[in-house]
Amino acid sequence: MQITLKLFATFRNGRFKVAEQELAEGTDVRQVVLSLGLTEEEIGIVMLNGRHGELDSKLSHGDTLSLFPLVGGG
Amino acid sequence: MRKVITFLKEQAQDGLLPWSAQDATAQRFHLSHAAVELIALQNGLFPARYQRNRNMIQVDEQLRLFQSRVAVIGCGGLGGYVLEELARLGVGQIIAVDPDIFEEHNLNRQILSSPALLGQPKAAVAAERLAQVNPAVTVTAIQDYFCLANGFELLAGAHVAVDALDSIPYRLQLAEYCNLAGIPMVHGAIGGWYGHVASQFPGETTVQQIYRHWVQGKGIEQQLGNPSFTPAVVASLEVAEVCKILLGKGEPLRNRKLAIDLLEMEMQEISYAPAPVTLVDAA
Repeated sequence: MQITLKLFATFRNGRFKVAEQELAEGTDVRQVVLSLGLTEEEIGIVMLNGRHGELDSKLSHGDTLSLFPLVGGG
Repeated sequence: MRKVITFLKEQAQDGLLPWSAQDATAQRFHLSHAAVELIALQNGLFPARYQRNRNMIQVDEQLRLFQSRVAVIGCGGLGGYVLEELARLGVGQIIAVDPDIFEEHNLNRQILSSPALLGQPKAAVAAERLAQVNPAVTVTAIQDYFCLANGFELLAGAHVAVDALDSIPYRLQLAEYCNLAGIPMVHGAIGGWYGHVASQFPGETTVQQIYRHWVQGKGIEQQLGNPSFTPAVVASLEVAEVCKILLGKGEPLRNRKLAIDLLEMEMQEISYAPAPVTLVDAA
């Protein structure tokens, strides 16, 4: 299956803004995060097709997955 | 009281009350500036200092803002701008909470800080600044950490709480407190070129959802720091949310979060599932 993966803010550094990714059926968000060399602790927001998603969310063909880093300053 | 109203009306020009008249009324009748402003607004007189709020904000709405109580948790990067904007908007009662003193590394962005004020408590400096900016505003300065345990004491009577914290665990406590106390919370956070804003109403869990992957520590602000402009942008968005919530107008960022990237100049909206409605047993 193919998904569109969008990275935001510092996740783009040394990576990309948007890329099409070919994934095995049944891949979840966590596997994509780890494949990017990111840790779960660095993840702020998981957005799946415009809505709040989970690390456990299973991906489907045609999904758009967006990952944002944790932001907490004031 | 009638004398006060007559005196105020005599000095109004085209429905606008000059500051000099508010000040003179306070002196002459031994009233606080807050008391004079309340009487003016209740009698349809628009303080001239707010004339550029018209006609976006009508006199009855200006009165509503003046009778509102807003708690600002954190008086640093976000909080400094939030406090300034709330006072200029005309929010009548402001609670400013921060345990810290100004330090040199605050000077690049915290509008309340200056070299002369290093070592001074942020909350007290906020109160002094706001007294200069708008003497009709009543500021309660609290030099303490906000937490769930002291929330009801510190934030009593607040209509809205503004998150200007720099700590995720304290922010989660504020979100929990706001739900217990039944008050809306305007959440903002920044890190480097990036920030986000969302409003959480009682019964909703937006802030908890935003930080549901959080385990410990800080976010990207730890590596990137914060520049002068990011807190100003996010704080201003937060105050716009407060204004709308207090006046019950517009569309707040409810069940949605606005993520801001000032490096690429992009804004993204992330929507959250509405909180399940608690069904009340009709029987």
